[in-house]
Amino acid sequence: MSAEPICGADIVIKALVDQGVDVVFGYPGGAVLPIYDSLFKQNALRHILVRQEGGAVHAAEGYARSTGRVGVVLVTSGPGATNAVTGLTDALMDSVPVVCLTGQVPTHLIGNDAFQEADTTGITRPCTKHNYLVKDANELARIMHEAFYVAKSGRPGPVVVDLPKDVLFALGRYSGPEQGRHKTYRPQLDADPARIEEAAALIAAAKKPLFYGGGGIVNSGPEACARFAELVRMVDAPCTLTLMGLGAFPASDPHFLGMVGMHGLYESNMAMHDCDLMIAVGSRFDDRVTGRLNAFAPNSKKIHIDIDPSSLNKNVRIDVPLLGDCGRVLTALTSAVKKQKKSDGAARKAWWREIDQWRGRDCLRYDHTKPDVIKPQYALERLYELVKDRNPYITTEVGQHQMWAAQFFKFEEPYHWMTSGGLGTMGYGLPAAVGVQVAHPDALVIDIAGEASILMNIQELSTIAQYRLPVKAFILNNQYMGMVRQWQELLHGARYSETYSAALPDFVKLADAFGGKGMRVTKPAELDDAIRAMIDHPGAFVLDVAVDEMENCFPMIPSGAAHNEMLLGPADKAGSPVSEEGMVLV
Amino acid sequence: MSDSDRHTIAVLVDNEPGVLARVIGLFSGRGYNIESLTVAEVDRSNSLSRITIVTSGTPMIIEQIKAQLSRLVPVHKVHDLTAEGPCVEREMALIKVAGHGEARVESLRLADVFRARVVDSTTASFVFELTGSAEKLDAFIALMEPLGLAEVSRTGAAAIARGPGSF
Repeated sequence: MSAEPICGADIVIKALVDQGVDVVFGYPGGAVLPIYDSLFKQNALRHILVRQEGGAVHAAEGYARSTGRVGVVLVTSGPGATNAVTGLTDALMDSVPVVCLTGQVPTHLIGNDAFQEADTTGITRPCTKHNYLVKDANELARIMHEAFYVAKSGRPGPVVVDLPKDVLFALGRYSGPEQGRHKTYRPQLDADPARIEEAAALIAAAKKPLFYGGGGIVNSGPEACARFAELVRMVDAPCTLTLMGLGAFPASDPHFLGMVGMHGLYESNMAMHDCDLMIAVGSRFDDRVTGRLNAFAPNSKKIHIDIDPSSLNKNVRIDVPLLGDCGRVLTALTSAVKKQKKSDGAARKAWWREIDQWRGRDCLRYDHTKPDVIKPQYALERLYELVKDRNPYITTEVGQHQMWAAQFFKFEEPYHWMTSGGLGTMGYGLPAAVGVQVAHPDALVIDIAGEASILMNIQELSTIAQYRLPVKAFILNNQYMGMVRQWQELLHGARYSETYSAALPDFVKLADAFGGKGMRVTKPAELDDAIRAMIDHPGAFVLDVAVDEMENCFPMIPSGAAHNEMLLGPADKAGSPVSEEGMVLV
Repeated sequence: MSDSDRHTIAVLVDNEPGVLARVIGLFSGRGYNIESLTVAEVDRSNSLSRITIVTSGTPMIIEQIKAQLSRLVPVHKVHDLTAEGPCVEREMALIKVAGHGEARVESLRLADVFRARVVDSTTASFVFELTGSAEKLDAFIALMEPLGLAEVSRTGAAAIARGPGSF
């Protein structure tokens, strides 16, 4: 405890600094004025002024996911807090550690429908890991530190601390982070050793094992990713990753099959369907991954490593659940597997032969016959080729471009791929890129976007201008909400209801208006030069790439279908109508 | 759901604002059933409350409910009393029966059989207090129906494991 009481706003700033926070993404307002005043009087914390509170949360997510640290948001009461809700839900679904400080009306006005009052803890209760309403300045320091502890421990997630204005003015005693552990919240980190032995025996006995890694490995940290890669190579098994897991295992490794799931690679999904042992690590058997549950990997036993007890046995029955931190459980599992007999070499060779046949289908191939039209896949292939040596950070919006980016970009290490997976938030990529660029000022940060998504948070170009962030926006512009249009084509008789992006802005002029540089390309022959111009430009850049409007994203597991019922291209769709059951699924 | 079972779950939580809303929100948000729910502070010095929830679902759903409850930050302990061995489960009800003459006398007779206590009486009504299993309460209430049942207030189940162990 410090001797002298200080005001609540100073406690907030001091706690942030003591938590090692160097940057806060926020937007001021009446209820948080005391904090902005304290912020003004110090130099340890940098504040990034976004243009809408939703952007602040996505920026904090981008910061968190590209560094492994906690992202911090500061917004005002009422609309400030409600604007943050989408980002908080996004962070909850994708397990991103975020601490969001919201202003609140003074305690004596709470419940009175005061100006800019909203029941923030009530509204955010289902979309945060935990939240607090602080009513006493003496409690403030403890709650601040506890919020960081809760946000980053166990399965990470967003935590809201709601701060009534009178508490920010009131004097209270400060205490350091050492008291910040929650009284009882202690996620289990090490799995039951007996269960680990069981898992090791299953791995040794498996003929067709498959690793299925997710974002939990990335959350566990680079060390966990290294342990994961070590085990995959030791077992000599194929490895797939979820959308959130990309980067957890090097894409260049021959054991890597590519992304799994609805728009995952053919070889990944077929291997998942046919494996006899699935080792799920930090992944959660999401409906985008499993397809039809009663046809999901029908002949496999399943091992599942996860730190969240509610992820185990949620959608799919698990034979050996291992509750704990991915990194620590993988370390224990690796040494247990080492003690087992070497697995059946002939069976493994046969499994790899089967996989090589699936790989031979070349499921990402696309039509090259129109020489004057830029295929979106081609645009991403060229982008990848021209930036891969610069170790870029990639964010995306949501839709076709996101799936193509996941298919065509190859990530060698974690923290370089930021995308909205669980919630599927259009408008995520541009503000997330702000956060990534703030965390890595000298890195190449690219938001791979669609023209519809990027318009959802286009105001953040102004933030990018203010802080001279050299963010690149690579827009695959097909003038449609492409993924929705694709579903309308496949499921709703090509009735393109409200999915045409009418009245699009001139993105070149738009970039110019926000102090950046813009360029538009329409011909494949111009693409490479345009990409080079984008990379070489020292500041913000918007590259508007006019791509084939009617291109669909394949491969695809139609809703309600199984992994082995994938559509590989346009020619497949006639033979595989979506079932009535599938129609009602999202 | 064919293999849906009824489970009584005891949850020890920090007695802090919003904790009940968190638990109830979890049930409504994820579509689980609540048959009854009771809550009160049980340990003042540590500021702990105990929530007793009676719910139903398939074994997989019950496992999910327990896992989801236990990952809420202010939740200390989750015990599935139904699954963990024998337990005592009791509910209390206040039952108002209004009537005259033979029906009134009959309600009093039946109350005696059920060991219900009369906690309020007028010349035209009784309020009975009855404690027991939910089934016993159901049975008594059903018997009161034709005798002038006017109003029922039930607490929901409180439950505790048998034997010397505690949590």
